[in-house]
Amino acid sequence: MSAGPATTAPALKMGGRRLPPWVATTALLLPAYGWLLIAIFLPLGAMFLFSFMTATPIGNKEIGYTLDQYKIFFTQPYMWQVASWTFQIAFATTLICALAGFLAALALARSGLGRSQWIFLILILLPFWTNGLVRIFSWTMVIREGGFLDAVVQFVLPEAGSVGFLYSRPAIVLGLVHGYLPYMVLTCYIAISTIDDAIVEAAESLGARWWTVLGRILIPMAAPGLIAGSVLIFVPVVGAFMEPRILGGPQGVTLGTVIEDSFTQGFNWPQGAALSFMLLAVVLAIFATFSGVLRRNAQW
Amino acid sequence: MKLSRRNTLQLMGGTALAASMLGPRRAFAATKITVLNWQGYGTDEKWALEAFTAATGIEVVHDYFNSEAEMITKLATNPGAYDVVLINSARIEQAAGQGLIQPVDFAKIPNSAGLAPKLKDHDNMQYEGETFGCAWVWGMNGLGVRDGKTDPDSYAALADPAWVGKVALFDDAVTAVGLGALATGQDMNDPKDLEAVKTFLQSIRPNLHNLWTSEDQWNKAFAANEFDLSIAWSGGVVRSFRNGGLPVHFVVPKEGAIGWLDGLAVPSTAPDVDAAYAFINYMIDPDFYFRWATEVGAPASANVDAMAKLPEDDLMKQVHKPDYIDTMSIMAALPDARRDAFNALWQEMKAYYAAK
Repeated sequence: MSAGPATTAPALKMGGRRLPPWVATTALLLPAYGWLLIAIFLPLGAMFLFSFMTATPIGNKEIGYTLDQYKIFFTQPYMWQVASWTFQIAFATTLICALAGFLAALALARSGLGRSQWIFLILILLPFWTNGLVRIFSWTMVIREGGFLDAVVQFVLPEAGSVGFLYSRPAIVLGLVHGYLPYMVLTCYIAISTIDDAIVEAAESLGARWWTVLGRILIPMAAPGLIAGSVLIFVPVVGAFMEPRILGGPQGVTLGTVIEDSFTQGFNWPQGAALSFMLLAVVLAIFATFSGVLRRNAQW
Repeated sequence: MKLSRRNTLQLMGGTALAASMLGPRRAFAATKITVLNWQGYGTDEKWALEAFTAATGIEVVHDYFNSEAEMITKLATNPGAYDVVLINSARIEQAAGQGLIQPVDFAKIPNSAGLAPKLKDHDNMQYEGETFGCAWVWGMNGLGVRDGKTDPDSYAALADPAWVGKVALFDDAVTAVGLGALATGQDMNDPKDLEAVKTFLQSIRPNLHNLWTSEDQWNKAFAANEFDLSIAWSGGVVRSFRNGGLPVHFVVPKEGAIGWLDGLAVPSTAPDVDAAYAFINYMIDPDFYFRWATEVGAPASANVDAMAKLPEDDLMKQVHKPDYIDTMSIMAALPDARRDAFNALWQEMKAYYAAK
């Protein structure tokens, strides 16, 4: 988000002659931007082109150009419902991550745990280092009817019925929160650790209660972290398809799974591409709407 | 990340394949043919290739594809590279139409005398009046039923309140629409009344517990007692029972199963046609099939003699009764518009199920 290129680069001395600064700048930027061009814009551009085609451009089929793929929300009205579920899941996931992540980061950064805070940080990062599929499948074993969760609950309360909630939207949110929480903890942790202790101490010495400190100092000053974390989480979660598919079962129909189905099962790349770009447009629109707020709070 | 029936076989055949890498290479063979197939799908069994080379002097090497589209692309872009290609019968029309494969000369395949006539001459295998593929193996999608439950005699059971919350469907548009078509008395490959299909699929909602996409997922959920009645692969049910010890058996309802048929074909640019036919002949040989089916695990053979060679208590043989060949409908090539309509209908059904 703040990956602005260096505006000046040290002029390199080569062969006893000083090269003009722009040569060095270009040379330094070329690997990164060349890679971006190849790895992002080429495939994205191809996909954008596909989204206007009538059929997947493989084999010797006659390919025409059409806008029909972008009309799916009108030809298939159930897509509105699918979109609504998707955004509900994404907002719930982001909100829960923001709450839990901020509190965890606050505890880690300000509790004075000393050296042991690194251990806690690593514990939070653990989900990052496990394969996503393994993580999700292990949840299916925990929250299915008669799974580990049920076993524990029934050990404590033998009369209790099943609390398993596999194949539901809460199960999807659970899996997504587990996978994406580390982003929020990390961004908030970095933001909170830069807050000068003296500010908090000054507030407290002037009689501010903890909620005032939290609401008027910590949250506003950690806002860049909260916002960056929310962006990092919301964008992939809106397009997620693995968690909805495995944890949601029949309930797991989201824009992500519809896009995946278009590419794999349906072999209808144009449809999948068009849906992806509509999703991208909605996400960009959301951030454009909030960009004023973002800039004011984050001062990027 | 999906395990298809072929991936599963591939995993099962993986050990044999790994072993073949270590085996000594034959220093000399008079002829060499190249086979294009899914990896681990019968033609690359090490013991089989050794036996074949010993008997005929023909050495067999493989190239693999990971999707049927890739297979077509490889045939089209590498003329002269392949002698034998595995091809799903639903793809024959496309491959023959593009001039990629040549008509089969059954006179050069003596074992073809044993092929079930319905499979050998199936419409899928034909293009403009000629047969372009030699029927090889087949299988069915039907009902997997938990032992101890009453066997349903019709797909209508999927919507019967007796099975409320205990049904699983295969998450595949062609299978789902085919199911709806068979249940409403229509041609599976060309249902005229998609509204009736839709109504039938909607009526399953109260019973539906889950949609499955892979055999592994099916096994785990079945083992956890999540469902009792499911659309299932015939070969998958046999594997789940035999290898996983799951209490399940395969039922073909009166409407017939949703069948698939794989064939072996000779590309039109094949360098050595005679050797290719010799290999195809060996692939439908009862002795090869017996060993493949009993030691490795294989789909049902299209060769009646090969199926007859299996012991009476063999589960593959019991499940794949010759009668079913007559009652099953085989998945055929779908025109793009129809395939898109199937996909759209299934996507809508999935959203309908999700709204429960």
